[in-house]
Amino acid sequence: MSNVIGIGAAPRRKEDFRFLTGRGNYVADIKRVDMTFGVFIRSQHGHAVIRGIDKVPALALPGVHAVLTGDDVAADGLGSLPCGWGIHGSDGLPMKEPPFPMLAQGKVRFVGDMVAFVIADTLELARAAAEAVVIDYEVLPSVVGVLEAVRPGAPQLFDDVPNNLCCDWELGDKVAVATAFKKAAHVARLSLVNNRLIGNPMEPRAAVAESNGGTGHYTLWTTSQFPHVVRFLMSALVLKIPEQKMRVVAPDVGGGFGVKQFHYGEEAVITWAAKRVGRPIKWVADRSEGFISDRHGRDHVTEAELALDQNGKFLALKVVTLANMGGYLSTFGPNIPTNLYGPLLSGVYTTPAIYCNVKVVFTNTVPVDAYRGAGRPEATFVVERLVDVAAKEMGIDRVELRRRNIIAKESYPYQTPVLVEYDSGDPMGCLEGALAEADVAGFAERKAASERDGKFRGLGYSTYVEACGLAPSRFAGRLGARGGLYESATVRVHPTGQVTVLIGTHNHGQGHETTFAQIVSEKLGVAFDNVDIVFGDTDRVQFGMGTYGSRSLVVGGAALSKASDKVVLKGKKIAAHLLEASEHDIQFEAGVFSVAGTDRSKTFQEIAGAAYVPHDYPLEILEPGLEEQAYYDPVNFTYPGGCHIAEVEIDPETGIVALEKYTAVDDVGTVINPMIVEGQLHGGIVQGVGQALYENAVYDDVSGQLLSGSFMDYTMPRADHLPNMTIKTHSTLCTHTPMGVKGCGEVGTIGSPAAVINSVVDALSHLGVLHVDMPATPNRIWRIIQNATMPLAAE
Amino acid sequence: MIVSFTLNGRSRTVEIEPSTLVADLLRENLNLTGTHVGCDTSQCGACVVLFDGEAVKSCTLLAPILDGGTLTTIEGLSGPGGSNALHPMQEAFHQNHGLQCGFCTPGMLMTAVALATKNPTPTEAEVRRGLEGNICRCTGYQNIVASVLAGAAAMHAPGSGE
Repeated sequence: MSNVIGIGAAPRRKEDFRFLTGRGNYVADIKRVDMTFGVFIRSQHGHAVIRGIDKVPALALPGVHAVLTGDDVAADGLGSLPCGWGIHGSDGLPMKEPPFPMLAQGKVRFVGDMVAFVIADTLELARAAAEAVVIDYEVLPSVVGVLEAVRPGAPQLFDDVPNNLCCDWELGDKVAVATAFKKAAHVARLSLVNNRLIGNPMEPRAAVAESNGGTGHYTLWTTSQFPHVVRFLMSALVLKIPEQKMRVVAPDVGGGFGVKQFHYGEEAVITWAAKRVGRPIKWVADRSEGFISDRHGRDHVTEAELALDQNGKFLALKVVTLANMGGYLSTFGPNIPTNLYGPLLSGVYTTPAIYCNVKVVFTNTVPVDAYRGAGRPEATFVVERLVDVAAKEMGIDRVELRRRNIIAKESYPYQTPVLVEYDSGDPMGCLEGALAEADVAGFAERKAASERDGKFRGLGYSTYVEACGLAPSRFAGRLGARGGLYESATVRVHPTGQVTVLIGTHNHGQGHETTFAQIVSEKLGVAFDNVDIVFGDTDRVQFGMGTYGSRSLVVGGAALSKASDKVVLKGKKIAAHLLEASEHDIQFEAGVFSVAGTDRSKTFQEIAGAAYVPHDYPLEILEPGLEEQAYYDPVNFTYPGGCHIAEVEIDPETGIVALEKYTAVDDVGTVINPMIVEGQLHGGIVQGVGQALYENAVYDDVSGQLLSGSFMDYTMPRADHLPNMTIKTHSTLCTHTPMGVKGCGEVGTIGSPAAVINSVVDALSHLGVLHVDMPATPNRIWRIIQNATMPLAAE
Repeated sequence: MIVSFTLNGRSRTVEIEPSTLVADLLRENLNLTGTHVGCDTSQCGACVVLFDGEAVKSCTLLAPILDGGTLTTIEGLSGPGGSNALHPMQEAFHQNHGLQCGFCTPGMLMTAVALATKNPTPTEAEVRRGLEGNICRCTGYQNIVASVLAGAAAMHAPGSGE
């Protein structure tokens, strides 16, 4: 059949047209009849007791409908925001899990914590009314850093969480690691900070809610990566609205990166408020509000040690990390620095013994949760930095040291000492490929040229692996997941033979409308243009866990593949009847059902038509219709990875780090659409470059104020910061996903920070520099250079 | 106050508060929601429109200044009268995968059109500098730069009508 565009092709994207012409439908674009506007009043203090809230002046303004506070939430008996993971400490006890009320009750715990919601006829009026609400705070000392938060005498966020310690978690064999360290010829040690980041999708978060007083139904439009989960949590735990009366729609969403994969208090409050005021309500965050309320990412302080024998073989790795959780536990919060971090510390290496201890700590900062990569960039940064430190200290070439320790392709499947089993991979192949692509052989010449200009040039490697395709439910359940993490897809074949796919993942830039259509086009032999992908609406799509953790293709695509297979299976039964043959003799290829060894056949369209408009149909043995649904739960994570090589040039006069070259050779398994994969790599890498060179969320440690609270203060990567990158794939096939796919959404962000910082350290290595914390800003680099060259003159 | 201007090729007269920002006028009063607002400090460029041919950030422009001028938004970039024909710059973004989530795209396109109008044969470095006022979080800019280079070439190709 013609116009099939299948796996491996690179059609231009189906979703482009509406975005190119200004016809996207984002939440902020939505207008409802009789709509009112909501404004959240947020804490201006990092830590304070709420002594009283005077709503009267605000309610006196004409056109103001309500001022809702934590007391109203409590009076209505609503639940708090749930955490999806319940981890356990090394003492076997569950993590401390204080309630996270959707509007603050009694106390605020970070700047941005929500205190009240004001609803009025216009946005201007709602803002004016918010100004008129008088909140009496008793300001308490704030603590924003993890080291300070666990010290005796630190301000305590919760009465029943001593030392602000949520959980003292560990993984691995402590005894084996201690034994190995005793035998070590060398121990490389490193203290590092993994800087706090703010995801900043370009579309600020927003929500519109309405309730239908006649039917008791609610609709919430929200900027979410997982509308079904939002509905489920709101129905089951927070608002307790019957799930069948609740519709959650996440229409076009302008980027997520994890920031929009949590159930936010704003979603619950606005839905509850819409019923109370009896009118639709719209809330759109401005960027400043996003900075202090979108969940943040990273924020680790780590001590790591790598033991090596005299030949540079890794004997053991020990990592102790303090991870900042912010003021409350967000949806995935405690899972990120533990389960998505510790198991990745094996990297691509044969390290036989690993021990990891993570102290999960509350502070007076925005709750920390998943941001693109989520735990795995932090693990990769620890391992890849430590490898470089060890190489330098032992006088072994960095690439050679990696070669001596990389897991050989033949050793897969490979069981690591930290829970996970890598099913497939070829990290050495990725390394060799990247060395060639990056023209490492020509580096010495480029470095000499830089030196002639008075500049320092450096090269940095990151050979890494990640775990994605979240998640194998049984495995996740053992680690503390409170729900399974499968995905669903329905393939609805219409009587014309055209196809609608209903899928539980959410497309917010990843190109699902194109990639998933390619899978269906290939599997059913239907034209690419005849397949539409529907997502993001709980009234249209059965169920789904949404999009995060590089899971959409791996888990959702697998469900789609399974559902497509079921369509073919049923099609064969129908064809067998129409062609008067045995079902077992029917073959399906390229959109045609035929009887083996004959020229008798029916096209896919003919079968679809017969399924719905049957004149002569075996009703006694087969139901009409051609629509199949499948749920898929992966048996293991997938393990994409690869090798990234960064090359930087540093101007010692200014400290400016210029990223000159970037090369990535990644193993993402089967590539469905190479154009989209390359685009995902580009974007992911630049987010990692942002962490390494530019981005840093900084709090004032006395007041708890976010100092980097706007694009004027928080540096986003821009077009003129970056070179063109070279992206290649070197794929091995995942052994357990239906198409061999591994996922590609996060690899770029996971591999790149280590590659960039390793290149910066390399450029400064002649000064004796062994480590540079992120971000490598001009100020930081200039100081390092000054301290190294003029130690007495420096501060 | 009353403001009259040309919007996407048509004369428009609107009554507005003098403090109205162009971005709000477009999105709230005129239902042209293709122009996006991504920040509150004039940093992100999602709201860029063409005012008298110049790329301007509509979130920082007061609407009274429009009086007597010509405004082009993303909705006016493709063919007239609801035509689906894409502008060469839009087509270049489509062909070069120059967009992912689409939120920054309208501002990127308007900036790119202004850039390529002034500089028909920009270099890669000139394009990167020219996009400095537009933030994209998805693409890493590489395909946007490729799109702008291709779009500039297409805009000035013989027979392109530009």
